Amino acid sequence: MTAATAALDAPRRVALLGNPNCGKTALFNLLTGSRQKVANYAGVTVERKEGRVASPSGRSYRVLDLPGAYSLNADSADEAVTRDVLLGRLSDEERPELLICVTDATNLRLNLRLVLEVRQLGIPMLLALNMSDLAERRGIRVDTHKLSELLGMPVVSTVGIARHGADRLLASLDEIDYAAVAEHAPEWKTPSLDQVTQTHRQVREILEQVVASGEGERRWDESIDRVVMHPLLGLVILAAVLLLMFQAVFSWAGLPMDAIDAATGWVGVQVGGMMSEGPLRSLLVDGIIAGVGGVIIFLPQIVILFAFILALEDSGYLPRAAFLLDRFMGKVGLSGRSFIPLLSSFACAIPGIMATRVISNTRDRLTTILIAPLMTCSARLPVYALLIAAFIPEQSVAGVFNLQGLVLFGLYLSGIVSAMAVAWVMQRFGGSLAHHPLMMELPTWRLPNLRNLLLGLLERVKIFLRRVGGIILAMMIVLWALSSYPAAPIDAIGPAIDHSYAGMIGHLIQPLFAPLGFSWEICVALVPGLAAREVAVGALATVYAVSGGADEAAALGTIVAQQWSLATALALLAWYVFAPQCLPTLAVIKRETQSWRYPLLAAGYLFGLAWLAAFFTYQIAVALGAG
Amino acid sequence: MWSAASEVDKTPLDVAHPAPPLPLSQLKLGQRARVRELRLPSPSHGHGEQLVLRLLEIGFVPGEAVRVMALGPGGREPLAVRVGGTMFALRRHEAEHVLVDLLDEGQ
Repeated sequence: MTAATAALDAPRRVALLGNPNCGKTALFNLLTGSRQKVANYAGVTVERKEGRVASPSGRSYRVLDLPGAYSLNADSADEAVTRDVLLGRLSDEERPELLICVTDATNLRLNLRLVLEVRQLGIPMLLALNMSDLAERRGIRVDTHKLSELLGMPVVSTVGIARHGADRLLASLDEIDYAAVAEHAPEWKTPSLDQVTQTHRQVREILEQVVASGEGERRWDESIDRVVMHPLLGLVILAAVLLLMFQAVFSWAGLPMDAIDAATGWVGVQVGGMMSEGPLRSLLVDGIIAGVGGVIIFLPQIVILFAFILALEDSGYLPRAAFLLDRFMGKVGLSGRSFIPLLSSFACAIPGIMATRVISNTRDRLTTILIAPLMTCSARLPVYALLIAAFIPEQSVAGVFNLQGLVLFGLYLSGIVSAMAVAWVMQRFGGSLAHHPLMMELPTWRLPNLRNLLLGLLERVKIFLRRVGGIILAMMIVLWALSSYPAAPIDAIGPAIDHSYAGMIGHLIQPLFAPLGFSWEICVALVPGLAAREVAVGALATVYAVSGGADEAAALGTIVAQQWSLATALALLAWYVFAPQCLPTLAVIKRETQSWRYPLLAAGYLFGLAWLAAFFTYQIAVALGAG
Repeated sequence: MWSAASEVDKTPLDVAHPAPPLPLSQLKLGQRARVRELRLPSPSHGHGEQLVLRLLEIGFVPGEAVRVMALGPGGREPLAVRVGGTMFALRRHEAEHVLVDLLDEGQ
């Protein structure tokens, strides 16, 4: 094969470019289906999504989904990545050979400006007129031939959710003249105000020639907004939506969680039965199966929470919720933009921190990143659930509320209130409280698309399972080894784990935690809990199972209820509201902020707050007679 | 077309609008208006030309019709503003850089 034909056979690099909310990701999902690779751009946590697709003629393409951008004149980390990819400024990223400019046919006025701006770069382009079905229904008719002629690029009508539009798009990819790709990276500099106005004038002139419309009907939208964005009614609806979401997380997840619990128990018994007594059996049953099972059990809750978040985002509701909450966030020096990342943090701080990339103000973004770990993530639930079930009696309060539920609600609330307090302190002493930008698009209401929802969920599940298979599994094995070796001497008195490395570490750090009422067993569990908070429960199970060598059937809850005082349990709950125990989160903060300063700051302040909160909780509880 | 915030007397470039323009931030709920010009931030304002550039880029260009569709809880901010076919949430300090001519009294 000659070099020339090899080059001809190599997949063409195609990139999707467009405004946020133009349906670009839906089109990407349609083109590439599940053949997507999600990673990060080198050095930043902006998600890099690439997929492969073959055209009907058999030619293959690598499609890159660039982050949504209003302009090359970047205002956020997302937009900076898009600009840098186009300009060839990212060293690990080859410049695309073709840009597919995705535009919302119902909103060409805004979308075309970016197209004209990017056209100056001289990269071959193709315009995808997305949501053309919606435009037709609204009486917006676009003369695609004329538009193609005026823009000097092919124009294809697509519908982000219908196959035939994607096929047409693929067919037209084959017709592009890729020889036109420039050798050198294009030049670009920030436009002047006059240049921007000039571009808008061009857009207006083009639209006058190609669009015949009844001025973009949005009546249906407006009536929804009148209710949803109403200053009072809107807040009531928001509260109801959030309540429903958390209710769903707790009640709907029960059944699959029980099933997973039963399944891991069954696997443990089967594997245990097949093997003879020994270190390998102990590692598999006590270390790996019990430990990993204890974490996978949260998958249903994570899936439900993300299903809600993705559906609310897809429908256009989340930006409106952010609109309603902007004033409140403003009181602590943040803006409504921080709401979406913080909401995601209830599932897991990692996607939450990654979602801060849309916050354009650097200070606001840093503060949001630093308080994201205070949102009660689903990994804390196992600890909360264990302790609440063991120590808080199931009784009703004032006839309607359940005491256990109230305690759980209180824990969530303490996280939120402390986050707001921390944000206030950080913004107060780290910068000014004035003039934080909001400038956020409130997109058209849309029915969430099932395919996009499922692909989004699949991605989250993969990330979670990768964590379970990676760091969590490794920590479980390390913990098992630490708590099994060195083995206790034959004539030893007391539990075997007391003689192991884990026992030594527990005893070593116990003086630091003694004022909080933590026993050395708790201290041992805190160490692996650093990998991920939920590991602490598995670790407690391991510590007690190994130390007692006892009846495996005895539930962990019963053991801790017998061995701990109420004050200790409450102190541990308070500890977990703040506990900085999640290395992956700290790693993401490091990568996101490109410095050790912020992960260290986060770990430091969270540790301090956790210690103080647990200390006061314990001491007050003891004083009240709960010791 | 660009006026500095420090300017006290603004001479309208367009004689068709003799009334002084109003900052977008003072529009009431439901009122319609047309963008006349954008006001550059004064140096002490805390944000530079970037803000005005972005406002322009998202469609707040002279001649464009705008309407306040909703106000946040408390009735002051943020403002949900329709411009072109899009709706944007703006804080008052952002909206005040857009000077508009009132078209009707709204609801």
